[in-house]
Amino acid sequence: MKIVVCVKQVAVLGDEVEFTADARDVDPDFLDFALNEWDSYATEEALHIREDLGAEGDEVVVVSVGGAHVEDAMRRCLAMGADRAIRVDHSRPADPITVARLVAPVVQRESPDLVFCGVQSSDGVQAATGTALAELLDLPRVAVVTRIEWDPSAGRATVRRELEGGLLDVTEVDTPALLTIQTGINQPRYANLRAIKQAEQKQIAVVSPAEQGEPAYRVRRMFAPPKGEGAQILAGGPADIARRIREIVEERLK
Amino acid sequence: MIVAEHLRGELRELTRELVTAAQQLSGPVTVAVIARDPTVFDVSFQGVDEIVNVPLGQEEFENDVYQTALEALIADRQPHAVLLGFTVNSMGYGPAVAAKLALGFASDVHGLALEGETVVATRSFYGGKVDAELEFPAERPVLLLVRPTAFAPAADGGNAPATEFAVELPPARARHLEFEEAAMGDVDITTADFLLSVGRGIGDKEAIPRFEQLADKLGAVLSVSRPLVDAGWMPNARQVGQSGKTVKPKVYLALGISGAVQHLAGMKTSDTIIAVNTDPEAAIFNVAHFGAVADLFDVAAELEKLS
Ligand SMILES: Cc1cc2nc3c(=O)[nH]c(=O)nc-3n(C[C@H](O)[C@H](O)[C@H](O)COP(=O)(O)OP(=O)(O)OC[C@H]3O[C@@H](n4cnc5c(N)ncnc54)[C@H](O)[C@@H]3O)c2cc1C
Ligand SMILES: Nc1ncnc2c1ncn2[C@@H]1O[C@H](COP(=O)(O)O)[C@@H](O)[C@H]1O
Repeated sequence: MKIVVCVKQVAVLGDEVEFTADARDVDPDFLDFALNEWDSYATEEALHIREDLGAEGDEVVVVSVGGAHVEDAMRRCLAMGADRAIRVDHSRPADPITVARLVAPVVQRESPDLVFCGVQSSDGVQAATGTALAELLDLPRVAVVTRIEWDPSAGRATVRRELEGGLLDVTEVDTPALLTIQTGINQPRYANLRAIKQAEQKQIAVVSPAEQGEPAYRVRRMFAPPKGEGAQILAGGPADIARRIREIVEERLK
Repeated sequence: MIVAEHLRGELRELTRELVTAAQQLSGPVTVAVIARDPTVFDVSFQGVDEIVNVPLGQEEFENDVYQTALEALIADRQPHAVLLGFTVNSMGYGPAVAAKLALGFASDVHGLALEGETVVATRSFYGGKVDAELEFPAERPVLLLVRPTAFAPAADGGNAPATEFAVELPPARARHLEFEEAAMGDVDITTADFLLSVGRGIGDKEAIPRFEQLADKLGAVLSVSRPLVDAGWMPNARQVGQSGKTVKPKVYLALGISGAVQHLAGMKTSDTIIAVNTDPEAAIFNVAHFGAVADLFDVAAELEKLS
């Protein structure tokens, strides 16, 4: 059994934002980086299935598209227990369809039984890469999965797909399949220090990007969003703020 | 062309919003209704030029079925733009159609304009903190997933002609079996006048009792953002947002909630929104009526002191 998990190192914006000179992105000096929250759930789910159903030689392989710095996020997954990691060397920001085109040949070569993506990346909020990738790999797919019961010998899984309002759609999917994993499906494990140290020693395979075709969009301009009517800022220290909050509440509940 | 959004026999309000979004672009607006019996859905809104009914052998959504139907419609009608809702269903097939046909594509679009012949879409990046204008490959149709509530709903009273469109469907590889309702909870947060809502900013589980007591003291009902439910700290009946409850209290007091799009979807029409967050750029401040850039624990301590 083999499960491939696509993981992204996401950018986290601090309290201040400045844009690059061409105004097409945020100045990287104002970014911190982390493993995408959804991908830690996807990695955990893959490890969990391997531990539950797996045999000797089964593998969880993580794949990521990015420059060398995204290896930090990949090593988090290795420290959690993933067996191998493959990085597609591509350091420019890309739309979700381009990312899917970059990942597809790597996943294809692995011919996994299951492919997991996160539902979305916290910085891009595209919620699109997984479904696009499934198409390029010609795999059945289910998006926004909160539970998986997989019977590898039957070539089928029964999954819960989470709709708006928390309604669950119980879906039967043929495997191999691609599932996009929603938060809350499990409790991702913490890697202990020893595992983190060991992950630092592990080799991450690097492959060159394949042909990408035309991007699905180009960013023309990035800017701070307009502030609606604008929140009225409650000034002063915590005591002043608390007093004002109580006044507003009393007035509005009248 | 837009695809009507419906679930369990009910047309979603978002369908009307998609009509308004489509009107930002030039050309006739076609509404495709894909369902067992598409004629049960009344999509004859103002601004609709044509209704295409695509009858199926089944009622519920399956992504292979929708994908095949939409690809056939695109081949037949050759639209310049296809608009779907940014919903869980559309996430399951929209990006696949765009990847297969190499269309221009963007999701969570909340602004649309036409400049000459070119579609320009606005969407957010970096957790809603930054907006961006996008342009698309020339001479190719675009497929866009449109954010719910970003456009005003189209009104009743159109008189568009309807035609039927038959498609040959493949066996679905992911098949709907049944629905399971979300668990009922001990409280109904949708009927409260005053919600004290806490997010990941509260740090850990040990902080929950403190905010339960604070809610009691203030006469509020405690609600939460999704991560607190994911972590098992609170039952999901308390969750506000797209996959939780939609609430519209008189006062929504948000402590340590960043304002992710799926959270805002559940509370942004509250009468009065007050937000406390240490991050002055938090997206919640874009919808709040009153905001305080402060540590929520300091503010909570002062609220506790008020009699
Ligand atoms: C399909 C789908 C459905 C979803 N449905 C929902 C939903 O129904 N409801 C929902 O909430 N989310 C939903 N989400 C998740 C959503 O995308 C966000 O991940 C989530 O809303 C973030 O919750 P948060 O604001 O509490 O946490 P974070 O985004 O981590 O924000 C925590 C905030 O606390 C602030 N903070 C930290 N410490 C302090 C302090 N001491 N004092 C003051 N402020 C502090 C930080 O500045 C930050 O802004 C959904 C996601 C998907 C993909
Ligand atoms: N650069 C990337 N490398 C590998 N996987 C990615 C990358 N970007 C997105 N993904 C995958 O696609 C999912 C959804 O991301 P997105 O479509 O960007 O919201 C993520 O949770 C990852 O599983």
